[in-house]
Amino acid sequence: MDEPQKTAEVLPVEMPIPGADEIVLNMGPQHPSTHGVLRVKLKLDGERIEGSECIIGYLHRGVEKIAEHRSYQQFAPYVDRMDYVAAVSNGLGYCEAVEKLLGAEAPARAKVVRTILTELQRIASHLLWLGTHALDIGALTPVFYCLREREEILKIFEKYCGARLTTHAFRIGGLQYETYDGFEHDVKRFCDDFETKVAEYEQLLTGNRIWVGRTKGIGILTGEQAIALGVTGPPLRASGVKWDIRKAMPYAAYDQYQFEIPTGQNGDTYDRYLVRMEEMRQSRRICLQAIENIPTGPIMAKVGKVLKPPPGEVYHSIEAPKGEIGYYVVSDGTVQPYRVRVRPPSFINLQAFDTMVRGHLVADVVAIIGTLDIVLGEVDR
Amino acid sequence: MIREAYFILSNYIWQIVDGIVIVAIFPLLAGYVVLLERKVMADMQARLGPMRVGPHGLLQPLADAVKLMIKEDIIPESADRAIFWLAPILSVFAGMLSFAAIPVGPGFLIADMNIGLLFIFAVSSMGIFGIVLGGWASNSHYSLMGALRSSAQLVSYEVAVGMAMVSGLLLAGSLSMKEIVEYQAHSGFWLIFVAPVGFVIYLIGSVAETNRAPFDLPEAESELVAGYMTEYSGFRWALYFLAEYSNMVVVGSVATTLFLGGWLRPFAGTHGWVDFLDFLPPLIMLGVTGYCVYRIPKQTGWDQKFIMAIFAGICFAITVPLAAVLAPALANSSWKLGVHGAFWFIAKVMAYVYVFLWVRFTFPRYRFDQLMQLGWHYLIPLSIVNVMGVATAIVLHREAGWNPVVSIGVTLVATLLAALWLVRAGERREQAAARSVA
Repeated sequence: MDEPQKTAEVLPVEMPIPGADEIVLNMGPQHPSTHGVLRVKLKLDGERIEGSECIIGYLHRGVEKIAEHRSYQQFAPYVDRMDYVAAVSNGLGYCEAVEKLLGAEAPARAKVVRTILTELQRIASHLLWLGTHALDIGALTPVFYCLREREEILKIFEKYCGARLTTHAFRIGGLQYETYDGFEHDVKRFCDDFETKVAEYEQLLTGNRIWVGRTKGIGILTGEQAIALGVTGPPLRASGVKWDIRKAMPYAAYDQYQFEIPTGQNGDTYDRYLVRMEEMRQSRRICLQAIENIPTGPIMAKVGKVLKPPPGEVYHSIEAPKGEIGYYVVSDGTVQPYRVRVRPPSFINLQAFDTMVRGHLVADVVAIIGTLDIVLGEVDR
Repeated sequence: MIREAYFILSNYIWQIVDGIVIVAIFPLLAGYVVLLERKVMADMQARLGPMRVGPHGLLQPLADAVKLMIKEDIIPESADRAIFWLAPILSVFAGMLSFAAIPVGPGFLIADMNIGLLFIFAVSSMGIFGIVLGGWASNSHYSLMGALRSSAQLVSYEVAVGMAMVSGLLLAGSLSMKEIVEYQAHSGFWLIFVAPVGFVIYLIGSVAETNRAPFDLPEAESELVAGYMTEYSGFRWALYFLAEYSNMVVVGSVATTLFLGGWLRPFAGTHGWVDFLDFLPPLIMLGVTGYCVYRIPKQTGWDQKFIMAIFAGICFAITVPLAAVLAPALANSSWKLGVHGAFWFIAKVMAYVYVFLWVRFTFPRYRFDQLMQLGWHYLIPLSIVNVMGVATAIVLHREAGWNPVVSIGVTLVATLLAALWLVRAGERREQAAARSVA
């Protein structure tokens, strides 16, 4: 599992030469609903899927190799480009991993601001997921509502650090920027509005007979299967496994706040939908708690201008919107990391695709790709 | 020869003029239905929609048409060229031919056939050939699957739609579109109030038949790219598009004629104070004209102002005849019925089309098996029960001499109970299926 380039061969699917009664349908890499450049080969019996193979690598940029030729700070912006819809979460994971390697710790104020921004990013990521997932299943309208709310979050990011998507919001050791005047006000206003907005989406979808019919019982993943496949994040929790790194191994300032971990029972697409909807509410709750009391003080720990971590290795993971994103950083005592290995949640969750898709119809493929919430930039790196 | 030509011309001059008007205006009208759809969609999705081409995007349909016509015409190498060429034409042909039997007003009717409804039903079903042949000729998996889905879908829902039509036919006692409307004028009730279940079945079935969301599986863009249209581009693609929107207007027209009183104004049978409804058409158009005039100074640039003024002029030009026929001299002439009839007919068709759009932007898409289930397990049985219910109501009223309201009420309750039982049975079946999977 060390070499991401070889994963296409690691997932063996028997693909015999198509006979008279089975079709091999090629979805992607330009298919409109594969969210990027995923290519899926489906072996079909009529419209029923008998097997599948994901072909990835169209967006491979060698991010992990680039890390070996950059200093620790220089590499930080690159991680934003992996999961480009949740850049803040990626950055947090990397910064905390290097801090762990250095033995440094971000000041309390930095930790709280990091938590707020990361939770906002989780909401933004889930909103984009909800919109595109609903669009794939044929509901044309929610995506515009979702993007409208996401826009508010992106505006907060833009005001904070000048960038909207690939933010590079955090620095190793803390924060580059102090929060702007009115930061708390903006976050609070967003959170206050957001409660009714989530209710609006739920009204459009949750009780809708067609939506329920399209998502219930589709792409079932049992808890054991999910664990065996290494699935993390909302898909794991929807399968009934109560595992959230924010609770299990708290990082940033999560140990200070009260929130629930929503779980599902059936592990189907509908449960994953409900889990993510509830997660957005919980993220809002965390944000509201955090802005009540942002400690004052420095925002940067004393880590020095040139980072030279002692030789050693560290693995640090956080709960990104899509699952556990982990960074395995090896230092040889120089200014450049010897190796950075990323454990991307999208890539590992995508492994479950074949298990989930077998026996379903072509129409369910898009629902299942959508429910996995993958970003190809992160799958391919 | 010349004498025969003169005979044809003198006898069928109005039919020919009507036909030319429909063929000339129809593509434009379909273009404006597309604009309407985009504007309605934008309104529901908190955006503005087309705003650039002309004031409020009013010239967008023309721009789209020009763009599509000058686009390169691509025929895939492995396609069956002849059929690929023929298929979209067949689709449009079927959609436009249906207009021959649609009575827009009492006088505006190309052919008053005594089998008008059957004719529309038969001809509009022919459009499926265009889709199936186009999907087959494209020689692509997506196209083929889209075409197959489309044919299966049409065959399934044709039955329910046909049965819903029968419930209206039984009451009107005629297949002639004109006589159906005249029956509704005579009896004083639109058939939607007599056979509401039939109308609902027709509404659902017609959405499915025109391949519109939430039943737009043949062209489900997230699954099959564009279904049977995947390999089409340019003008041929536009023809398919035209066929889809003309079908929408056709099913809207049939629903209007059969269930919504055709060209009749609301409360056409009663007079007295409800006659103020006669003033509604010119007032509505005058309001639209006023709004256009009000928007003129807000347009940027003299060209936009000019176009907006032209649209205001068109609206006013429609207002004038609507108001003129209200003059006392024309009060009881057929002119009033004709001009206002066309207004009410188009208004009802547009309301019906609006429901299509509304549904499209609200609901997710059905999956193919679910679509079939809805058709075969629910709509077809219910439509048969509905026909029996309507027939019973007619017998109770005409033979046993019951009060019409009571006889309709009793059979309606029975039909709704049957519908409830169908839903319950379906839920039990689903639960049993879920258990067997688990």
